[in-house]
Amino acid sequence: MNSSVTLEWKTICKVDEILPGTGVGVRLPQGQAALFRTREGQFHALDNMDPFSRANVISRGLLGSLGDTRVVASPLYKQHFCLETGKCLEDETVSLAVYPVRLRGELVEVAVG
Amino acid sequence: MGFAFTLFNSWQAETVKGDIPMTKQKVLLVGHGMVGQRFLEALADRGGLDHYDVTILCAESRPAYDRVGLTRYFTERDADALSLVPEGFMAQPGLTLKLSTRVREIDRDARVVITEAGERLDYDKLVLATGSYPFVPPIDGNDRPNCFVYRTLDDLDEIIAASDQARVGTVVGGGLLGLEAAKALHDLGLETHVVEFAPRLMAVQVDDLGGGLLKDKIETLGVTVHTSTGTRAIVDGEQHRHRMDFGEERHLETDIIVFSAGIRPEDSLARACGLELGERGGVVIDDYCLTSDPDIFAIGEVALWQGRIFGLVAPGYQMAETAAARLCADSEPSFQGADMSTKLKLMGVDVASVGDAHGQTPGARSAVFFDQSTGVYKKVVVSECGKKLLGAVLVGDANDYGSLLQLCLNQIDLPGEAAALIAPAAGDAPMLGADALPDSAQICSCNNVSKGALCAAIDEGATTVGDLKACTKASATCGGCTALVKQVLDSELTKRGVAVNNHVCEHFPYSRQEIYHLVRVGEIKTFDELLDKHGSGDGCDICKPLAASVLASCWNDYVLSKPHAGLQDTNDYFLGNMQRDGTYSIVPRVPGGEITPDKLIVLGEVAKQYDLYTKITGGQRVDLFGARVEQLPEIWKILVDAGFETGHAYGKSLRTVKSCVGSTWCRYGVKDSVGTAIQVEERYKGLRSPHKIKMAVSGCTRECAEAQSKDVGVIATDKGWNLYVCGNGGMRPRHADLIASDLSDEQLIRTIDRFLMFYIRTADRLQRTSVWLENLDGGLDYLKQVILDDSLGIGDELESQMQRVIETYQCEWKTTVEDPEAVKRFKHFVNDDIADDNLHYVRERGQRRPAYEHERIELVQQEG
Ligand SMILES: Cc1cc2nc3c(=O)[nH]c(=O)nc-3n(C[C@H](O)[C@H](O)[C@H](O)COP(=O)(O)OP(=O)(O)OC[C@H]3O[C@@H](n4cnc5c(N)ncnc54)[C@H](O)[C@@H]3O)c2cc1C
Ligand code: SF4
Ligand code: SF4
Ligand code: FES
Repeated sequence: MNSSVTLEWKTICKVDEILPGTGVGVRLPQGQAALFRTREGQFHALDNMDPFSRANVISRGLLGSLGDTRVVASPLYKQHFCLETGKCLEDETVSLAVYPVRLRGELVEVAVG
Repeated sequence: MGFAFTLFNSWQAETVKGDIPMTKQKVLLVGHGMVGQRFLEALADRGGLDHYDVTILCAESRPAYDRVGLTRYFTERDADALSLVPEGFMAQPGLTLKLSTRVREIDRDARVVITEAGERLDYDKLVLATGSYPFVPPIDGNDRPNCFVYRTLDDLDEIIAASDQARVGTVVGGGLLGLEAAKALHDLGLETHVVEFAPRLMAVQVDDLGGGLLKDKIETLGVTVHTSTGTRAIVDGEQHRHRMDFGEERHLETDIIVFSAGIRPEDSLARACGLELGERGGVVIDDYCLTSDPDIFAIGEVALWQGRIFGLVAPGYQMAETAAARLCADSEPSFQGADMSTKLKLMGVDVASVGDAHGQTPGARSAVFFDQSTGVYKKVVVSECGKKLLGAVLVGDANDYGSLLQLCLNQIDLPGEAAALIAPAAGDAPMLGADALPDSAQICSCNNVSKGALCAAIDEGATTVGDLKACTKASATCGGCTALVKQVLDSELTKRGVAVNNHVCEHFPYSRQEIYHLVRVGEIKTFDELLDKHGSGDGCDICKPLAASVLASCWNDYVLSKPHAGLQDTNDYFLGNMQRDGTYSIVPRVPGGEITPDKLIVLGEVAKQYDLYTKITGGQRVDLFGARVEQLPEIWKILVDAGFETGHAYGKSLRTVKSCVGSTWCRYGVKDSVGTAIQVEERYKGLRSPHKIKMAVSGCTRECAEAQSKDVGVIATDKGWNLYVCGNGGMRPRHADLIASDLSDEQLIRTIDRFLMFYIRTADRLQRTSVWLENLDGGLDYLKQVILDDSLGIGDELESQMQRVIETYQCEWKTTVEDPEAVKRFKHFVNDDIADDNLHYVRERGQRRPAYEHERIELVQQEG
């Protein structure tokens, strides 16, 4: 299936509102997301709720890599989540939803439906 | 220039360095045994082969081999395995080895030696290392066929060949070597006897009780021991080849006889050329191993020093080193005698003797443990005062040999009662661990290897006993020290356990300390630069905050400046401690715990206005919980305006300096503890460090501020300040150590400056000062040297670094609230100004707290 037909995009912010290597919280119609900009300029969006603490803090986690996997570390109990798949590296049964992200000029958009 | 050696007496000679011949001189080494080989190695190590051409005259058909391990040949039958000559060694320029070449004569006037084959070789320097020969008692018939000695590989080959036709073998002599020979015969399948003239076995090393026990043990192994038995003659036997006649109708029939009745120095060459000899033989040497002819050295078993012959290899090795050093004009400790302690396993029985085993020192007292049923005998000889160990004998269980030897050699004060040293392991016996030994402790006496030398090798990467053996020679000879070498290795490796594998994470193959240096030396200012130059991958939640902390310790930039933004843990990023619901706590600094009522009111009002849960901390300040991220700048604006600064409760940095009220009010106070606490806290606030730092100041020795449980503790005395360091409360409490007493105010600050900077420079990530000190090589003494005596010469540097950090201090909250750009970051949603809409609270004891999971579900249902 070609996803671009069915996706609905929401403009979130300008690219330079997110410092490289950091994340921000995003309000979406369906809830909260965490939007990250890596040092190389890639963008990823995941659920903002940390499944281990149930606090909305994933956007404030540190980015990095473990082996070849790009990850974000939860700021509370430090579990790592894969930026691409949302999978928790410490606990296979846990994962975060992943939202498609795209750039349109200076703007960052996240898929909302 | 060879005359230099004779011109100087032994004192002056030690200072003569570099007085080595300019043109190559000829050295002849007579005898290539264990000590001769060591001499060559020592000479080569010292660069002596650049100045001397050495010709080695070796009577045996093989180059030097391990005579100590000779008996192994019976089981292994591999002469090469015993070789002491490293591959390629003899190929070095300057060495010429002549095998099967026995020297017949030395012509000292012509400076020539003549070999049995008639070859004449001239020399500038001659080294006699001819060892000893086995003494064969003058008994009629001692030259009959199948009568052997036990000294060379050739001897062993002969014994092996004869054993084929034999059933009974007898060793004459029940000393160390005799028992070893007996074991060999026993292993060859012969019915074995030991005939000893003295009333006990191993008369030199052990006493009567020990000798008796040894005899029992050996007999249970099937060897018959005849003590107090002298042989009068050896004649033809009836059932066996020989009959040994003991007199008084006693005799013993045997097929093979091995004489092992002691050794005599092989001094015939020296005797013939008129060198000075001892009364009972042995070439007399001085402390530099020189004989009465200043061009001739004697080393090893042939040498007689202060009337003593040393029948062990370790003293010989020391002589070899001494002679080589002398030839190279190196100043080196001269030969000063040697310890004759021994440990060996004789026919499966452990036997050891240490120092003055017979208690011959005046006033010596001994304690004995004797258990015939288990076959263990132990004796310790202690000094008159009872504090020092003089000697010991161990039979049947020599596990304590290493510790006892160390106690004895290093003259360490005994850890307890003498008897406790040999009491059967009561679990908490006061034994000496490898840790307790000083670096100077000699661990391997054969090769003179100190604990310090082993540690150095471990530092350079040795991780097994094999490695240590290869690079230090420890345990390479008699093996008696192997257990102790292993102990040192294990304890040192454990000590370095953290240090050995202290790479911070997969992105940086360095320890925190190393990263600190890289940053400082390379003037690295950002994480990206650090990662590019020294790391790999993308970094992670371990190395990023670490880098942020190190960068801050070095350059003290505003932590939220753009390049550092992505490095900070959320606590540092939002300058507050994240709590379990994702909100933050606010802890303003209250230096020394002193606060005016007005300021206290401000805190109360802010807390009320924002409905913040309020609690007094253990560090004498006020903690306000429950501030949402977007509220933080507003709240801090109020606090900063009221004169508060950040308390750095979120950072790995100085937390609080707790104080008691001291002389300000307390009737016992001798100094102004509050004032000093404030001064110290103001000085070090904001200092980024490997872990949090806590301090306290007490106004008198009653210690109400609990300073001795802090990283830095200060206690007032009537003479000044006592400074304690590296204490800890919390999970792993540790009582702080006193590092300096009676300091003036100014000395106190300087000492703390140095201490903190040294810690910051050398500690590992998340290593509190307590653990850091425990892992610091040399421990407290070393720390004192660095901090107080400035042994590394970095005192000024540490102080000026600290000064720089102090001068560049800024209150991060003040900087943040004054910078609209920075404030923008404090939002929960980038695309909406509203607050996190998923927070739920309940009230308890008059304040607010985050709902627990079960309460939350109810709340959500109610709200929904
Ligand atoms: C079986 C056995 C076990 C031992 N166990 C221990 C032990 O556990 N611990 C310990 O410390 N010691 C032990 N020793 C003693 C140790 O082997 C000696 O202390 C050491 O070998 C002495 O070394 P050296 O070089 O002085 O003499 P050697 O090793 O005897 O070497 C002398 C060499 O000089 C040669 N030589 C003699 N005269 C001439 C000449 N005229 N021309 C040319 N060459 C000549 C000899 O053939 C010999 O090869 C043991 C000895 C033996 C035999
Ligand atoms: S430590 Fe001494 S000065 Fe301080 S409160 Fe206690 S008694 Fe008073
Ligand atoms: S002791 Fe445990 S619960 Fe209490 S503040 Fe420390 S970490 Fe939290
Ligand atoms: S003590 Fe002999 S090898 Fe170490």
